[in-house]
Amino acid sequence: MTTQTEVPQRRGTSQDSGSTPVISVRRLWKVFGPKADQVPDSEELCGLTRRELMDRTGCTAAVRDVHFDVSPGEVFVVMGLSGSGKSTLVRCLTRLIEPTAGEVVFEGEDIRQADDKRLRDLRRRKFSMVFQHFGLLPHRRVVDNVAFGLEIRGMGRTERVRRAQEVVELVGLAGYEKSYPDQLSGGMQQRVGLARALAGDPDVLFFDEPFSALDPLIRRDMQNEVIRLHHEVGKTMVFITHDLSEALKLGDRILIMRDGKMVQCGTGDELVGAPADDYVREFVKDVPRGDVLTLRWIMRPPADGDALDGPELGPDVVVKEATRAVLAADKPVKVVENGKLLGIVGDEEILAVVAGQEGGA
Amino acid sequence: MTVAVEKTEKPQQTGAVEPPAPARSVRKVSRSMVVGAILLVWLVLFVVLRGKQTLVLGAADLTDLHRWFNDVNDSIGANRNSNPLFLYFFNEIRLVIDSLVTFVQELISQPSVGRPVPQIGWLGVVGIAGYVSWAVGNWRVALLAVAGFTFLGLQGLWQESMDTLALTVSAVFVALVFAIPLGVWAGLSDRFNRFVTPFLDLMQTMPTFVYLAPLTLFFQIGPASATIATLIYAAPPTIRITAHAIRSVPETTVEAADSLGATRAQSLMKVLLPMSKRTVVMGVNQTIMAALAMVTIAALIDAPGLGKTVVQALQTLDVGTAFNAGLAIVVMAIVLDRVTTAASARQEAARLSKNRFITWRRPLLAAGAAVTAVLAYLSHTYLWAAEFPGEGSTGSTIRSTADSVTTWVQDNLSGVTNAFRDALTNSLLNPFQALLTDSPWWLVGAALIALAVVLGGRRAGITTAVCVGLLVGTGVWSDGMTTLASTLVATVLVMLLGVVFGVWMGRSALVDRLIRPTLDAAQVMPPFVYLVPFLALFGATRFTAIVAAVVYAAPVAMKIIADGVRNVPATTVEAATSAGCNTWQIITKVQLPMARGALTLATNQGLIYVLSMVVVGGLVGAGALGYDVVAGFSQGQLFGKGLAAGLAIVLLGVMFDRITQAAARRTSA
Repeated sequence: MTTQTEVPQRRGTSQDSGSTPVISVRRLWKVFGPKADQVPDSEELCGLTRRELMDRTGCTAAVRDVHFDVSPGEVFVVMGLSGSGKSTLVRCLTRLIEPTAGEVVFEGEDIRQADDKRLRDLRRRKFSMVFQHFGLLPHRRVVDNVAFGLEIRGMGRTERVRRAQEVVELVGLAGYEKSYPDQLSGGMQQRVGLARALAGDPDVLFFDEPFSALDPLIRRDMQNEVIRLHHEVGKTMVFITHDLSEALKLGDRILIMRDGKMVQCGTGDELVGAPADDYVREFVKDVPRGDVLTLRWIMRPPADGDALDGPELGPDVVVKEATRAVLAADKPVKVVENGKLLGIVGDEEILAVVAGQEGGA
Repeated sequence: MTVAVEKTEKPQQTGAVEPPAPARSVRKVSRSMVVGAILLVWLVLFVVLRGKQTLVLGAADLTDLHRWFNDVNDSIGANRNSNPLFLYFFNEIRLVIDSLVTFVQELISQPSVGRPVPQIGWLGVVGIAGYVSWAVGNWRVALLAVAGFTFLGLQGLWQESMDTLALTVSAVFVALVFAIPLGVWAGLSDRFNRFVTPFLDLMQTMPTFVYLAPLTLFFQIGPASATIATLIYAAPPTIRITAHAIRSVPETTVEAADSLGATRAQSLMKVLLPMSKRTVVMGVNQTIMAALAMVTIAALIDAPGLGKTVVQALQTLDVGTAFNAGLAIVVMAIVLDRVTTAASARQEAARLSKNRFITWRRPLLAAGAAVTAVLAYLSHTYLWAAEFPGEGSTGSTIRSTADSVTTWVQDNLSGVTNAFRDALTNSLLNPFQALLTDSPWWLVGAALIALAVVLGGRRAGITTAVCVGLLVGTGVWSDGMTTLASTLVATVLVMLLGVVFGVWMGRSALVDRLIRPTLDAAQVMPPFVYLVPFLALFGATRFTAIVAAVVYAAPVAMKIIADGVRNVPATTVEAATSAGCNTWQIITKVQLPMARGALTLATNQGLIYVLSMVVVGGLVGAGALGYDVVAGFSQGQLFGKGLAAGLAIVLLGVMFDRITQAAARRTSA
């Protein structure tokens, strides 16, 4: 069922795509229940649906045979409805939940082999996580919440407060250092959570549905905040969400999960342009296609009668941005990459996307 | 829950072979009919078999079991200093506890070595009480503490109060040393939690009374036994609440600490404990209140303090003295309760207050500490600050006033109170008691088991059968039945009051706001002090004990029923109103049936509270098991019988608890 299309990155990270992945997940399984560790090894049990597995063994497979790579500096989004195993998956990556089988390789090291001490060290210095319900300490002020991770490491008081102060300013909470969490709004509390995650200067940030508990407006602010921080600090991010528009907005690549399995992994335009199955198709049905699809998805090969002296555009230009140029030109627009003609886009193709947004794939 | 339903429904299904759907409606009717049938059969057999095989035992008669208990007691007494178990275990514990209590007593209540007065006199104690209350609470409770403690002195009960305080403080200290770590452990480990919960249940179900006798066996009569009994009774709330507090720390917060690489110790010290602090302080409050209640009752095994004054006054029917000392207990209870409640509220208050308070707080605390130290020093050095001045004239005023009120009541109201007492005694208590005590023991036992099976299911029936068997074995069956009769009558009255006030409070927020503080205050009082006013009204009869028990148990029942009525969804009530129900119909057809779970829970708590009070009533002429226990403390040859009576009380308690809990599970399912 998995389709992994090799298409150049949509933004920012294409220069890194050749380098070694930060996180590399192979055959990852998490099964809850009695004799859970037998399930991934058994051909027969692996083939069952979640329901059948429950009836047969009393086990629930939350994560089933998942594999993906996350490149340095990438924002990798895992998306699925509740119960799809996405939160379990992200916890497996830092072993907050112990995986049942498979490999999680972080910077060349299989973290499933790490002992407690090494794991703690990784958590203290390399990973950090932002939680849906914030997980702040109500008895500590904002600045002490932010400094909590540094305190755990054993950093001295003056130094960690200085560092916490920097991060508090970075996330836009300057002036609230001395407040207690319950004096802040939900959005501001999550900024504290974000600051706490950033304070330790980790290599990878994990977000577990960080904005699901927030109002829509605040949520949009916070999404923009994450995009801004990503530009400023350039951390690798693994982001869990159940909200497709959030996934499309933030994600360089998106992994769609259903019942613990991967359904499709690719960029936003791939999901919309080439859904792997009906499930994904249903998911992306309401997405404004012009906002997501690039010219690459709607161009057609030049036919005999086409005029080939129109303006040129790149294949990764989003339809919405190309609309005006295409409609303004009286000849079809040529889609050109590295001097090579890939196809042409005329008024009809553009209008089919822009006007027929409801029309499904 | 579903498991419990299946289990409890089984006995019914054996009777009905119809298909399930119609059987359901048939069964509803049949349960109350079965209860009626059992009672009817019992009555008929009672008339026929009255007075036969009632297992009556005279006041001075003993059974083999009682004699054996006496022998055990004697042999323990003889070998106390030679048996290694005693030499190296029980005696050591007693020594440690004794020296702790003596230390605290010499500090505040008893003349210490080489001095005619304690190390710290009244001025110092009042100063320290005020300062500590202010430091952990606020200035209002500090004023209350100062006023309350001064009042104790004015009552002429300074030394007795300080003895009670010393025992309470020692017991609470030892209880917390064990309870908080155990609570944390129970909070962290499911397995340990499952292991301790039944013990905590048992420790809290037992009437306070019954701890005393077995403990005297091991630790002798005196402060050590009193302190150990107190800490056993007082520790469970803290263990429970600490475990609950640790468990209710949000999972995300713990996970967040884990994800930042916290070790177990770090997440315990920096996350779990700080976040549970406020709730744990509430547990400490309950522990302190339980300790105070128990310390006063421990007067029965010669614990010094206010309890002793009350017991002696009750035994000589000296209402004035009992009232004065009871009032002192109430004052101390109020002070301790308010201060610890303020302490648990402080965490929040301090966080939300302005910063300038916090900057001023440290120097103010230091200044207060200095003043307190000066007061303590003065009270250590000068006699005027050590011994409470005056003759306790306020106390004698209170005594004589209480006495004259009692006399007035007895002269002028005795017609009313006696009529009330006799009416209730003759119409309800006597027939019921006759039914229980004059029926053959096997008939009562069979009826109890049958009722337990019908109301609570097969497992409750088995428990009841075992309890009945053991009750017969204790040899105090007849006394047990007398106690049972009083308890059941009192519980019926409690439930009547509970339903009337509970429904009223549940339906009206205003009434709830007015009544609830009184109920809260009433629950804080040690059970002992309830006896005093009713002794004045009704004299030394079992009726006094019953009324005191009703007053003691009613607040719990009212609160539970009020909460049950309030929890009926507003939409359901609205739907009933829109269907044209009048108020009476809403109460009887919607709110009470839907609060059925609360009603059974209230019955459960009511029974347990009533039982513990009815046996304390043994002190004021209620006789039966309570009297047996008290007599066991004072007369050597009755020790074994007292112990057996204590055991019988435990069995009654377990039986009530199991039946009503099973019934509650079944109704709420």
